[in-house]
Amino acid sequence: MRRGVAGLILALLLAPVLALISSGPASAVDTLCLPGPDKACIAGTIRTEDGPLADVKLTVTDEAGTATEVTTSETGKWNVQVEKEGPYVVKVDESTLPKDLVVDTGEVTVAAKFGVTKPALLTIRTADYSASTSKFDELVQSTVNGLRLGLLLALASVGLSLIYGTTGLSNFAHAEQVTLGGMLGYLLINQHGLGLWIGGLVVVILCAFTGWFQDRVLWQPLRRRGLGLTQMMIVTIGLSLALQYVYQYTVGARTVRVLQDNPSVREFGPVTITNQSIVAMVISVIVLAGVGYALLRTRIGRATRAVSDNPALASASGIDTDRVIRLVWTVAMGLAGLSGLLYALVTNGIKWDSGLQILLLLFAAVTLGGLGTAFGALIGAIIIGLVVELSPVLGMPGDFKYATALLILILLLLVRPQGLLGKPQRVG
Amino acid sequence: MSEQMADPKVDTGLADPAARRALTSGFDAVPGAGKPDPILVVDNIVRQFGGMTAVDVQHLEVQRGLITALIGPNGAGKTTFFNLITGFDKPTTAGKGAHWAFDGRTLDKTSASSVAQAGMVRTFQLTKALSAMTVIDNMMLGAQNQAGENLLKSMFRGTWAKQEKEIEAKADELLARFKLFEKKNDYAGSLSGGQRKLLEMARALMSDPKMIMLDEPMAGVNPALTQSLLGHIQNLRDEGMTVLFVEHDMHVVRHISDWVAVMAEGRLVAEGAADTVMSDPAVIDAYLGAHHDTDLGDDALLTDEALEEIAEEVAAEDAEREAEEEAEGLR
Amino acid sequence: MDTIQFILNGMMREALSPQTAAVAIAVIGLNIHFGFTGLLNMGQSGFMLLGAYGFAISISNGLPMILGILFGFGAAFIFALVLGAPTLKLRGDYLAIVTISAAEIIRYVGRSALLVDFTGSAQGIPGSQYTTGFRNLSFFGTGSFTLIPFNYTDVADGAAWVRIIGWIVAIAVIVLIVMRFRSGNAFKGLLQSAGMAGLLVFGVLLLFFLFPVPYQSTGVSGWWVRFVAWGLALLCTLVVFLLVRSPWGRLLRGIREDEDAIRSLGKNVFSIKMQALIIGGLFGALGGMVYVLSSSVQPDSMGRSLTFFCYTALLLGGAATIFGPVLGSVLFFAGRIGIKYTAAAYVPDSIMSNQQTEQFSYIVVGVALMLIVIFRPQGILGNKRELRFNV
Ligand SMILES: Nc1ncnc2c1ncn2[C@@H]1O[C@H](COP(=O)(O)OP(=O)(O)OP(=O)(O)O)[C@@H](O)[C@H]1O
Ligand SMILES: [Mg+2]
Repeated sequence: MRRGVAGLILALLLAPVLALISSGPASAVDTLCLPGPDKACIAGTIRTEDGPLADVKLTVTDEAGTATEVTTSETGKWNVQVEKEGPYVVKVDESTLPKDLVVDTGEVTVAAKFGVTKPALLTIRTADYSASTSKFDELVQSTVNGLRLGLLLALASVGLSLIYGTTGLSNFAHAEQVTLGGMLGYLLINQHGLGLWIGGLVVVILCAFTGWFQDRVLWQPLRRRGLGLTQMMIVTIGLSLALQYVYQYTVGARTVRVLQDNPSVREFGPVTITNQSIVAMVISVIVLAGVGYALLRTRIGRATRAVSDNPALASASGIDTDRVIRLVWTVAMGLAGLSGLLYALVTNGIKWDSGLQILLLLFAAVTLGGLGTAFGALIGAIIIGLVVELSPVLGMPGDFKYATALLILILLLLVRPQGLLGKPQRVG
Repeated sequence: MSEQMADPKVDTGLADPAARRALTSGFDAVPGAGKPDPILVVDNIVRQFGGMTAVDVQHLEVQRGLITALIGPNGAGKTTFFNLITGFDKPTTAGKGAHWAFDGRTLDKTSASSVAQAGMVRTFQLTKALSAMTVIDNMMLGAQNQAGENLLKSMFRGTWAKQEKEIEAKADELLARFKLFEKKNDYAGSLSGGQRKLLEMARALMSDPKMIMLDEPMAGVNPALTQSLLGHIQNLRDEGMTVLFVEHDMHVVRHISDWVAVMAEGRLVAEGAADTVMSDPAVIDAYLGAHHDTDLGDDALLTDEALEEIAEEVAAEDAEREAEEEAEGLR
Repeated sequence: MDTIQFILNGMMREALSPQTAAVAIAVIGLNIHFGFTGLLNMGQSGFMLLGAYGFAISISNGLPMILGILFGFGAAFIFALVLGAPTLKLRGDYLAIVTISAAEIIRYVGRSALLVDFTGSAQGIPGSQYTTGFRNLSFFGTGSFTLIPFNYTDVADGAAWVRIIGWIVAIAVIVLIVMRFRSGNAFKGLLQSAGMAGLLVFGVLLLFFLFPVPYQSTGVSGWWVRFVAWGLALLCTLVVFLLVRSPWGRLLRGIREDEDAIRSLGKNVFSIKMQALIIGGLFGALGGMVYVLSSSVQPDSMGRSLTFFCYTALLLGGAATIFGPVLGSVLFFAGRIGIKYTAAAYVPDSIMSNQQTEQFSYIVVGVALMLIVIFRPQGILGNKRELRFNV
């Protein structure tokens, strides 16, 4: 047992040293305005939906009427430093804009404050870009996006739920396993030039192997030792922390991509979608259907559900629970890796904390569906995906879309604590 | 506080067997019979798990001041019934006709803790001793209305120190009664299974309940101690407490219960005095299937010979335990 | 020798830093949640952030400091109520999931560009906007000074043997203190207590002697904020001590072990858990306010990782102990800096860049958390028999 844990820990500690690549420096930083105790900054970016605009002139005028002129950089960024607090008017000089652009907001007033950089939001768009797509079209587009997110979440949360069901463990490191999929995709496909399909397969197999390995050297020995579930959960937190920083150590804090070239886009009526997204959705549906079929129809799947239902009873009736759990870990990590890989393809990049960002959604999905029920997790994930993508369309400010998902979770817990498909438990 | 402790000894006159018999003879011994002075009245409680009906009790009254046994084969729904009326579970019929009242107070929507505060305290079939706390801490938790359990007062020792002393004295007394006094400062986790049962019972008594509900209190307690505990339970009754207990040992049931209610497959199938109930064909049927003709509670074991035998067994057990403890000490 | 002195000075500085004290206060709150009551609060950083926001936003909008503090506490209070109401009746996992999500939501909302006038969005609120009032309260003089002006350089010209002897004595003192604690009667009887207190004070002074930490007492990072931060940490420790030795504390421990048992004894478990959640959350909010006193309110500095660091510190020091949180926090932060500086000093740049030493130290933190939980779940000060946390 000690040897197993020591081995894993050694592996973790050595991971950075063995890393294939080290982090490169972040891309060139534009000149910065640093606010101080008696200095304030105003900054912004001039861009259209096509990209940033360089060499655009702006004027920043204070209350007294004194104007300062700035020009945007390569990346469309600009900033000014001012020595007085108070309202400043920022105005874009339309003559310096390229042709065929429409200025929606060309002038804003910003209240400068010492020690702070205040953003000035100016909106400019290309002439043929219609910002006023119909509400219905937006709804359709967001529904597709929501389904896409939901399917990716489902891949990861089915595994999370199965692990919870069979072992009782809430695995906080699950998110890092999702990240791992994307990171390995970056290393193998982007860096080492493996083909997308071959590389993807290798990524999933490697991720599944990490699941097998983890259970072999860590979780199974800990179960044998009789470590409490809470303690095990904290072990997963430690693992999650360590992995996050292993990623930062090896890849750095930047966003990396699985494919080097930009994805091509297709349009179906009101829906714009990348080819990669379509493939990702198809793969998710096939894999999820496969998992569902296996759970319902195969011997091992039925055994898994039996263990989820009642581990003691299952092992008493001759099911090798350890084997089932090993398999669950393997499959769950494989699915998480696949989810991460697809996520990296669909959102066009992955970062050390990408997994962390969706962990919240994974937990929400699993809880919503009912802790420990695989099909509940599936339904929960789709609902959460839709909620996240649809709430901005339905009037929620974009920044609060995750909050909406959580709100729904809290409300559901109030009326149906066991989740959509869960069962209440026995007392006494 | 000290007044309260002396208080339960009000003479209800029920120490006299004849008085108790008189109480239970005034009505028909049928399932759901009405009683002269019920402390607990239950109506139309149904609990289903999926399609299976675990409990379906139409009407039950528990007579105040008596010891009532609730018996029935495994899986009859006794524990579930306990859970339901003590607020640990909700009937499927909640809001649809389920109704139960304790001491005149409706409990339909009352939480488990309020049920206990109202004076109906239970123990659990699978003991819930708090094993990482000491025996005395376990006991102290049982006392009601502690000033020190108020967050604001708890920081100021002066507001609760005196009460704490009184509670501890009471706990000591109960521990001595339940032969646990030497274990006072041990972790409850180090107690044996039977000792945990005792601790749980003693802890429940710390709150001076009006009615105590024991789920298989004697399971795993050695025979000699069972005898003395039965004596304690009878004393509690004589002091005016109502006792409802679940038990599989028919001798115990016959020995101390004034009234017996029988459940099978969730339903109340019989009620009556111990002797009559145990020879009731419906009950024997429930327990053993149709082809059995003996009386369930054969008192032959409670003869002098049998008791001697038991005493010997106890002595042997004690010796064994000492040897074990020694071995443990050596380790 | 100089490198070692540099590393140790750095560790000392980190150990004493007001942010360490701030985290210690938050960990004291977490100890009430997790250590004593068994509540899996995975969102302590959310409480901290709310406290910090309440405090900083009120003050930077011109309210007096006392109101700022009240708003900070009020925000955490409401947060606890909102999170507790749906989850405290359910199994422990639900609280964990809801708190971790809610804390992240707070952070997202704080970062939102919509609220830039209040929270300064991702940039946060600079300290200059809300710390002036606090600094004006200082009764420390100005100028640079070390806490005790007398240090190893004053003895025999700072020769190496002075430090070596000092080190040996320091280690002996620490071992002695640890042994007394482990024997379980560190504070039994007046004489014992006095001896123990003397030993502790001597140990601290000795450490100052060996690792002088000079500070300007003018700026935000001066001694004043340290003094207040550590004073509050000790005050909180005292409050927790008073709380948990009471019958209320007994209830918490009972709930940690078996809620149903406590419920069957007529205690309103929900209300007590809620009280614990609120009290611990208020400590968290206080920690958050102290955290931003010496810097600025940065939503991203109070994210999930900070909660996880709190858990590491708590488990390191010992959950369900009185001094565990403070000890754990000090060791956690000093240890991390120690690892980082050591890696920077002894591992060549070609293997580990400067940036990477930082990340390496956090990898070690994660691994250490796993090891503690597996091999020594009671931490340094805890009692193994008492600590079987099964929520
Ligand atoms: N939470 C639950 N979910 C599903 N079924 C349950 C649950 N609780 C109880 N049951 C079922 O209800 C029935 C009654 O159980 P209960 O524990 O009340 O029996 P009992 O009379 O106490 O039996 P025993 O004498 O063995 O303790 C059993 O068949 C049991 O399987
Ligand atoms: Mg039972």
